Amino acid sequence: MSALLRIPTVLRPSMGGATTLQVEGDTIGDVLGQLSREYPAVKTQLLNDDGSLHRFLNVYINDDDVRYLGGLDAPVKSNDEITLLPAVAGGAA
Amino acid sequence: MLSLDTNLRNAMIATCVRALPEEGCGLLLGTSEGDDAFVVDVVASDNFAHSAKVYEVDPKVMLRTFRRADDEGLEVLGVFHSHTHSEAYPSPTDIRQAPDPAWHYVLVSFRELPTVVRSFHIQGETVREEDVLDRQI
Repeated sequence: MSALLRIPTVLRPSMGGATTLQVEGDTIGDVLGQLSREYPAVKTQLLNDDGSLHRFLNVYINDDDVRYLGGLDAPVKSNDEITLLPAVAGGAA
Repeated sequence: MLSLDTNLRNAMIATCVRALPEEGCGLLLGTSEGDDAFVVDVVASDNFAHSAKVYEVDPKVMLRTFRRADDEGLEVLGVFHSHTHSEAYPSPTDIRQAPDPAWHYVLVSFRELPTVVRSFHIQGETVREEDVLDRQI
């Protein structure tokens, strides 16, 4: 399936500077795997060493957070819009 | 330099007061020129972490705010959050987890009165404080 990927500012320098890309894959795991192969510099910002979704990355399909759609197994349909955003977290601890 | 008016400063503080005893947080929307940022709105978020010691901006607020920035020709300039009992300075957690070196990181501290608001750039391990300008409206 072909979907539109929106890339956050912080990842653009490592992904050729583009703001959007057309990506292929049946699941979010497929899409992130493809990006990791094509842009090795961003792999550690997308996926953990064990292949799971990075804790500090938010991934959305259209309006929905993929954590509630099956995580890496979340299905991607044609013409979906996938958005990557950093998780913004911290605190006094 | 981070420029914001008194109403926006108060809105950040109010968001953090409402979150007590947990840390409060939200995003800064506006425009920038080099290191200088001009805040035009602050977007309150629930603390997704629901903690007095850590915060996370609600992922739904993140998506909504980034889309709004695109629609209105603005930028997400950075994030604000509160330290309920410690100084207005980035903690090791804040530094380690800072998502974007171009962002402005505003700290609101309730450790003492009056409430302290300070702003920082965080690039890797380097923390650099910037002036917060009270823009007259």
